[in-house]
Amino acid sequence: MSTLAELARSRELLGNLTLRDVRSRYKRTVLGNVWSLLNPLAAMLIFTVVFGFLLKVTPDRGDPSGLHVFALWLLCALLPWTFFSVGIAAGMNSLVVNASLVLKVYLSRAALVVAAVFAVGVTFLVELAVLTVVLVLFGANPLPWVPVVVVMALLLAAFAVGMGLLLAIANVYFRDTQHFIAILLQMWFYLTPILYPVSYVADKEKQLADEGRDLPLVTLFKLNPMEHFVSAFRALLYDNRWPDSTDLVWCVVTAAVALTAGLLVFGRYEGRLAEEL
Amino acid sequence: MSDPAVVVDGVSKRFRLYGDRTRSLKQAVLQRRRASFEEFWALKDVSFEIPQGSTFGLIGENGSGKSTLLKCVAKILRPDTGGITTNGRLAALLELGSGFHPELSGRENVYLNGSILGLSKREIDKRLDEIVDFAGVEAFIDQPVKNYSSGMYVRLGFSVAINVDPDILLVDEVLAVGDASFQQKCMEKFADYRRAGRTVVVVSHAMGSLRNFCDTVAWLEHGKLQAVGPAGSVVDDYVDETHADREVPSDAGDGVGGGDDARWGSGEIRVDRVEVLDPAGEDTRTLRTGDAVVIRLHYRASQRVERPVFGLGITTLEGHDVTGPNTRDTDDVPESLHGTGHVDFRVDRLTLLPGSYELTAAVYDYTCQHPFDHRHRLVRFDVVPGVPREGVGVVSLGGDWRYSESDVVAAVRHTR
Repeated sequence: MSTLAELARSRELLGNLTLRDVRSRYKRTVLGNVWSLLNPLAAMLIFTVVFGFLLKVTPDRGDPSGLHVFALWLLCALLPWTFFSVGIAAGMNSLVVNASLVLKVYLSRAALVVAAVFAVGVTFLVELAVLTVVLVLFGANPLPWVPVVVVMALLLAAFAVGMGLLLAIANVYFRDTQHFIAILLQMWFYLTPILYPVSYVADKEKQLADEGRDLPLVTLFKLNPMEHFVSAFRALLYDNRWPDSTDLVWCVVTAAVALTAGLLVFGRYEGRLAEEL
Repeated sequence: MSDPAVVVDGVSKRFRLYGDRTRSLKQAVLQRRRASFEEFWALKDVSFEIPQGSTFGLIGENGSGKSTLLKCVAKILRPDTGGITTNGRLAALLELGSGFHPELSGRENVYLNGSILGLSKREIDKRLDEIVDFAGVEAFIDQPVKNYSSGMYVRLGFSVAINVDPDILLVDEVLAVGDASFQQKCMEKFADYRRAGRTVVVVSHAMGSLRNFCDTVAWLEHGKLQAVGPAGSVVDDYVDETHADREVPSDAGDGVGGGDDARWGSGEIRVDRVEVLDPAGEDTRTLRTGDAVVIRLHYRASQRVERPVFGLGITTLEGHDVTGPNTRDTDDVPESLHGTGHVDFRVDRLTLLPGSYELTAAVYDYTCQHPFDHRHRLVRFDVVPGVPREGVGVVSLGGDWRYSESDVVAAVRHTR
């Protein structure tokens, strides 16, 4: 775990690299950091029109919050997902993007990956804050759950960092990784109950069972760690209650496993980065 | 001062050269292995120590592994075998301003670059003024660095790096940047470093400055350590060994040793150019034993010079003097010279035997104590076999063999 020790020593570097990514992302744009809010807003609009209005996806009423707004229900899951997918993509590309640094300066290379994920995380936190305010305006009471949301966000960040570390190494050795992951993330997005409630999957499973075909659809869907993250965020923000303990266990274990695997693999292959880039 | 600053212990570094660098998943899956590669040892079992407080040079031809070694010391590359121990904070100037973000301001980049090089925020706060001042970019420090001139960019990069205040500083041929005054500042900074007892490790091709600048030099060739020792002797050996360049240099001006230390003198009269003329009158660097040769010294006297003495020195690559004719020994000294002209040294039959030689050209005052212009080992030339065809030593005496009966040799020649 020397990678972890090295990361701990480079905390300040990590901060500066994150700041660099955040500061430079919207440089020279008129709207600046407003863009980081416009993107999820646009996604929300599109999905609300298509799925909420045309396809009439109707999630359960928030319990106990009593909310019944598709757009908000969507955002509670869409924001964590966006952080996760954009974060691992940024982490994956961070070594290739910063090749000049890796080749010319000795620094903690893991910090480059982590900073890339953190920079996306900064946007995520801002989005969460705005969402929380909007939820309050719509009559929900997410405020007491904010500390838990922050913990969940950290777990999700750990998951994304772990994946980012793994993929960053893979991407240095095989540049195909980034293209493959782009497709994978798209599939993963639709397989995670973000645009539809998981109850729709249960309905489908029952329908299939009635037709005599037994497919454990719900169980399969719940093998996806992001399903548990999304459920947990929704429970906290939309419903304003404790998430299922199964979801919590899944989230903690996923984050721990991904982070450990990421650090181990990164530590093992880090030494040859400068010559493989 | 006890522990060495850097210990390089049996370091080997292997690179993989991929036939084609397409490393796709498809290949990996189908071939069950990564793209085929050849191994190439960039460093092979290199060991030496760099004492604390010394200035250490790494020399070698392109591809000899010196930059690889520097990167291994800087921990950018990991050696395959052996190990490198460093004592103290280390900073590497492999590329200036690496990690600068063009859209961020100079100030933001100083903090970013500083932390990349291992400085804490507090340390940068303390040194910010000095960094900005040294780089000379006060007026532009809040401008994005993309608006900087390339000189300002590099100066700021250097300034941050040098202010990391490392115990060991690694420098890779970055001294050749910036204008003359900035280079002067850099050299002063390095001198300060040496006085402060810091260790400096330099990779360079500028043999002249390395010779003056370094205490110790390691010479790498094809990844192997060829020699390590006092700068003067190792640099000389290296220069002798490697300048196999037989082309007539286009500017025909620089000494093969490079740098200014290959030329000295007060300059009232100078040897501008030396030509080695073959029988056809062409300037050449390849002569044949037995040829008629003219060595032509083009001089330029900026003022009237009384009784200048021209001299030549021909030495072997090992540094042995072969001959050293001058105009005083043979009473060919003019009363005075002014303006430009040339003086020829004519040889009817070249008696040098095949090999490589170096030619020194000089003009001294009549006492032969004061050099007007001494151009040490200015020209290197080859001698190829001619007549007489002798194989031993450096000169032919031009003699011939006679037998008491003159037809003996003729008979042998005939049967051969």
